[in-house]
Amino acid sequence: MDQLLSVGVDGIIYSAWLFTAALGLTLIYGVMKIVNVTHGSFYALGAYAGASLAGAWLARGYPPMLSYVVLLAAALIVTLVVAPLIERGILRFMYAKDEVVILLITYALFLILEDVIKLIWGVDPYFVAEPYALLGSFEVGGLAYPTYNLILVVLALVSGLGLMGLLQSTRVGKLLLAVIHDPEVSRAMGINVNRYYLATFSFGSLLAALAGSFTAPTVSVVPGLGVDIIVLSFAVVVIGGLGSLPGAALGAVIVGVVRSLSVHYMPQVELFVIYFVMAMVLAFRPRGLFSLAEPRKI
Amino acid sequence: MRRDRTLVLVGAVLAGVLVGGAFIPQWAMFIVTIAFAQGLVALGLMLLLRAGLVSFGQALYYCLGAYAAGALGRFVGVADIFVQMLAGALVAGFAAFVLGFLLAKYRGIFFGLLSLALSMILYGLLVKNEALGSTDGFNILPSTLFGIRPGPQWVRYAVMASAAVVSFLLALIVHRYLRTPLGRLAPAIKDNEIRVEYMGASARYAVHVKYVIAAVLAGVGGALAATTVGHIDPEMAFWTTSGEFIFITILAGTGNVIAPFAGALIYGAIRTTAYDLSPNTWQLSLGTALLLIIVFLPEGLWSLFKRHARHP
Amino acid sequence: MKKSVLTLVLALVAPVAMAQNVKIGVVTFLSGPAAAPFGVPAKNAAEFVVEQLNGGHAPAPYNKKGFGGAALEIVLLDEAGSTTTQVTEFRNLVQRQNVDLVIGYVSSGNCLAIAPVAMAQNVKIGVVTFLSGPAAAPFGVPAKNAAEFVVEQLNAGSAPAPYNKKGFGGASLEIVLLDEAGSTTTQVTEFRNLVQRQNVDLVIGYVSSGNCLAIAPVAEELKKLVNFFDCGTPRIFEDGKYNYVFRTSPTATMDSVGAALYVKDAKPNAKSIAGINQNYAWGQDSWSDFEGAMKVLVPSIETKTSQMPKLFAGQYNAEISALLSAKPDVIHSSFWDGDLEALILQAGPRGLMKQSLTILTTGETAMHKLGKQIPDGTVLGARGPFGPYAPNNQYNKWFHGGFQKKYKDEPNYASYQMAQAFLGVKAAWEKAQDANGGKRPSSEQVAAALKGLTFEGPGGQVRMAIGDGHQAIMETAYGQTKMQGGKLTVVNVKRYPAEKVNPPEGIKSADWIKNGFKK
Repeated sequence: MDQLLSVGVDGIIYSAWLFTAALGLTLIYGVMKIVNVTHGSFYALGAYAGASLAGAWLARGYPPMLSYVVLLAAALIVTLVVAPLIERGILRFMYAKDEVVILLITYALFLILEDVIKLIWGVDPYFVAEPYALLGSFEVGGLAYPTYNLILVVLALVSGLGLMGLLQSTRVGKLLLAVIHDPEVSRAMGINVNRYYLATFSFGSLLAALAGSFTAPTVSVVPGLGVDIIVLSFAVVVIGGLGSLPGAALGAVIVGVVRSLSVHYMPQVELFVIYFVMAMVLAFRPRGLFSLAEPRKI
Repeated sequence: MRRDRTLVLVGAVLAGVLVGGAFIPQWAMFIVTIAFAQGLVALGLMLLLRAGLVSFGQALYYCLGAYAAGALGRFVGVADIFVQMLAGALVAGFAAFVLGFLLAKYRGIFFGLLSLALSMILYGLLVKNEALGSTDGFNILPSTLFGIRPGPQWVRYAVMASAAVVSFLLALIVHRYLRTPLGRLAPAIKDNEIRVEYMGASARYAVHVKYVIAAVLAGVGGALAATTVGHIDPEMAFWTTSGEFIFITILAGTGNVIAPFAGALIYGAIRTTAYDLSPNTWQLSLGTALLLIIVFLPEGLWSLFKRHARHP
Repeated sequence: MKKSVLTLVLALVAPVAMAQNVKIGVVTFLSGPAAAPFGVPAKNAAEFVVEQLNGGHAPAPYNKKGFGGAALEIVLLDEAGSTTTQVTEFRNLVQRQNVDLVIGYVSSGNCLAIAPVAMAQNVKIGVVTFLSGPAAAPFGVPAKNAAEFVVEQLNAGSAPAPYNKKGFGGASLEIVLLDEAGSTTTQVTEFRNLVQRQNVDLVIGYVSSGNCLAIAPVAEELKKLVNFFDCGTPRIFEDGKYNYVFRTSPTATMDSVGAALYVKDAKPNAKSIAGINQNYAWGQDSWSDFEGAMKVLVPSIETKTSQMPKLFAGQYNAEISALLSAKPDVIHSSFWDGDLEALILQAGPRGLMKQSLTILTTGETAMHKLGKQIPDGTVLGARGPFGPYAPNNQYNKWFHGGFQKKYKDEPNYASYQMAQAFLGVKAAWEKAQDANGGKRPSSEQVAAALKGLTFEGPGGQVRMAIGDGHQAIMETAYGQTKMQGGKLTVVNVKRYPAEKVNPPEGIKSADWIKNGFKK
C-alpha cells in the first residue's frame, strides 16, 4: 500500500514537471503550427538564468524566501529578451514555409543558442540548491519529500488552468482560438494575426523558461540540459493530441505514472517506457488522445 | 524521346568519383564514403518528402542495416561489403514492410513522431542488450570485396568506389521509379489525398511502397556506414541521427536523385570545417551555416544547379 | 550568395586533389635588392629542374619521374622581410601547407634563425575531449586545462625530473584541440582528419568508451599512436589486440572492485546492496562488476534493487523513493556529472545518503563544487589515486599546485588522468629517442618504448602491465567524506594495491571477478 502511495506521489511530481515543460510546446504548435525545437533552448536559458540570478540573490544574503520570486523573474527576463528577438528577427519571415523547414530553422537556432549559452555561462555547472530544501519536507507513506515539489505541482496547475481560463473566458483568448482555427479567415476578419503569433511564441517560450528555472534548484545546470526535454515534451504532447491543453495534461499524467510504476516495479524498462506508451497510444489513437477531427478539404 | 539528363549526370559523376577519387587523400575518401551512406538515407527521405511525409525515425532503418552488417561479421564471419549491404537492405526492408501496415495510414506530424517513437524503442532495446555491447557497440571486421581484402593503401578507395557504384545504381532505380505511375503519385498525395483516392489510386498502398523503398535505402546506407566506420553503436538509432538525415534532405532539395548525395557531402564538409576551425563553438558555426542556407536557398542546394541549367 | 556557396565547395575540393604530390617549399628573395642577383635566378632554376624531373628528362640516375615517381610541386615563398617573418612563414609552410621539405634561403641570418626551428620540429598532439555537452564540465574542460597546463610546463622545461627536458626530447609540443561530442561516425571522421589532414604526431584523448572502441582499429589502420586518457571499458584490450593503442589510465573494473573492497572494510556486516546507475554501458558494467565483486566478498549479500534511469534523466524522485523503501545497507552509484549532482541534490534532503552507506565511484568530480550538499560519511571514489587520494610526491605537488595557481580551481581526476597520459608518452618518447641515437623517434619506436613501461606521475606509479603492455594498472583508494573547517575532506582513506583491484595479464575482467579474483 505504502509503495503504491509513493508510486502515486512520484508520478504526480514527475507529471507536474513534464506538464509545465510541455505546455508551451503544445500552445505554440496549436496556434502557429510550429514544431519548436528552441523550446529546449528556452528551458535551458530559464535554468541558467534562474540558477545564476537566484544564486546571486542568495549570495548577497537577501531574504531566501524571495528566491522563488527571483526564479520567476529570471524566466521572465530571459524570455522577454530572447523570444521576441527570434520571432521578430527570424521566424516571422518563415511562416509561409513548410512545417518541416520551420522545424529545421528552429533546430539550427537551437544549435546556435546552445553555444551562445556556453559563451555566456561557460561549461561549469551552476547550482542553487537552497530553495529546494528551504521549505522543509512532508511525509507520505513513510517517505520524506521536500515540500518544494509541491511548488512544481502548483506551478503546473496555475499555468495549465490559467492558460485554459485565458483562452476560454477572455476576449484575447477567444480571438486566439479563432486564429488557431483558421489564421486566414481571422486575418480577413481584421485580427492582427502577427501580434498573436508574437504573443504566443513569447508566452509558450516563457512556460519553457519557467519550467527550466524552477527545475534549476533540483538539478545541476550544465550544457546540454535542453536536449532531452525536447523529445520528452513531444512525447507528452503527442500522446495527448497536439495542440490540446487537456491532452497535454493527460499525456503528462500517463507518462509520469507509467514511469513511476516502472521505476518501482520494473526498473529495467524505464529507458524506453515513454516511447513505448507513445507508440501504443498512436497505434490506437493515430492523432493522440484528445484530437480534434480535421476537416476534409477536397 | 528526350535525352534523360539525369542518366548522363549520374554517369558523369560516377566516372568522376571513380577516376578523380583515386587522387584525393584518404581522409577525404572517408568523408566522401560517409556522404554516400548518408546520401542514401536522405534519398529515401526525399522520396517520402515528395509525398509530404517527414520521418523523424529513419535512423531506425539506418541502425538496423548497420547491425545487420555487424551481425554478419560477428556471428557468421562475413565482411564482404556487398553482402553486408544486401543484408542491410533485406533486414530494413522486411522491418519496414511489417511496420508499414501501421505507418502507411499516418500523415503529417503524426507519421514523423510515430516513426521517431519506433526508432527510440529500437535504441532502448539495443542499449539494454549487453551482449551487443550496449551503448558502447562493437567493432566490425575490416571490409573485403568478393573475398579479397584490399591492402591498406587501397582499402579506402575500394570502399569508396563500391559505395559510389551501389549508391548511383540505387539512385538510378529510384529515378526510374519516380517516372512510374506509382512514383508520380507522390506530389498528388502531398497536395490532396482525397482526390488521389477519387481517381481510384490507393494512397495507402503508394505510401507503403515508398516507405519500404526508403527503408531499404537507409538499410544499405547503414551497412555502408558500418563497414566504413568499422564500429556500430545504438546511437545510430537515436533521434539526433534522424535529425541529421532530415537536415541533409532539406539542404539538398528534392529536385534530383543526385541532390541528396551532394547535400550529404556539403553537410559533411561544413561540419568538419566547423570542428576544425572552432572546436569550442562548432555548434554555433554549424547552426549559422545551416540557417543561412535554408533562409537563402529554401528549395535546397539543388536549386543552384537548376537555375544554371535553365539559362545556359 | 549562390556563387559563394559554389566557391566554398570548390575551395574545399581543390586542395584535396593536389595533395598526393611531393610538396617542396622553395624560399628565396622574390622582392627587394636580392631578388635580381640571387632570388629570381634561383627560382627559375628550381622551376626548370622540377619541370625536367617531373617529365623524367634529367640524365641518369636522375631520370625517374619526380622523386621516386611522385610528381613534385613547388610552394614559393618570398624571403624578404624580418627574420621573425621568415620563422613564422617557415612554420606556416611546414604546418599549414604541409610541405614535405624546404629548399632555400639566401641570407645567412635567415639560415641561422630557421635551423633551430627545423631541428626542433614541433610535436603536434591531437587532444580530443568533450568541449560541449554534459561531459564538458566534469571531464572535458578540466582535462583540456590539464593538457594546456602540462604542455606549457613541458615546453618551458619546468616539470620535475625526469620530465624536465623541454617538450618531448627537446621538441616543443603543440596541441590541436578537437571536440569529442557527436556520433562515433563523426569522431572517426575527425580522427582521420587529425591524422591525415592535420598530420598530428600522436593523439591523446577520448572520454567515451564507445569512441575509444571505435577509434582503436582506425589508429591501427593509420599506424598512429593513440593514448586513451579516461575511458573506462576493459573491452578495448580484452577484445582486441593493438600495436599503436595505449591507455595510461586504469579501467573501470578497478573502480568497482575497489568499491566492493571498501564496503567490506567500512561496513563488514552489510547484508544488502542496491544500485542506481545510468542505463548505458558504463552504468551497466559498473553495477555488474560491483555486484559480482560483492557476491565474491560476501556470498550471502542480497541485491534489493538495481535502478537504471536513462542517461541525463535529471529527475530522480521515483528512483530515490524506490531506494528509500528498499532500505539497503549499501547503495552503489557510478553516476557522473550533472546526473550525479542532481542525484546528490535530490537525495540529500530526503536522507537517502544517511539511511544507507552510499558509494559514489566518480564522486570526486562533485566534491569541490557540491561539498555542502554531500553528507558526512559518503564514500567517494576518484577512479584511481587522483585528486584527494593522490600521493604526496613531487609530481603531485608540481601538478596540483601549478594547476590550482593557473586556473584557481582544483584539478579533478580527469585532469590527473590527462597529465598522466602526457607524462607517460613523454617518458616513452624520450626513451625511444635515446635508443634512436638522439634522433626523433617514429611512432613504432615510441609505441615499443611505451609498451610495458613503468613511470611515475602525480597519481603515483603507473605500470603498463596488462593488455599485453598497453593497459595501465595503478593502486586505488576510497575514503569517506567529512566536513572539516568548512571544506569537504576525505577521511578513513584505504588504499588497495594495483594487483588486488586489477585482473592479472591475460584474464578478462568479468571472468576474473566471476572466478573469485583468481586466475
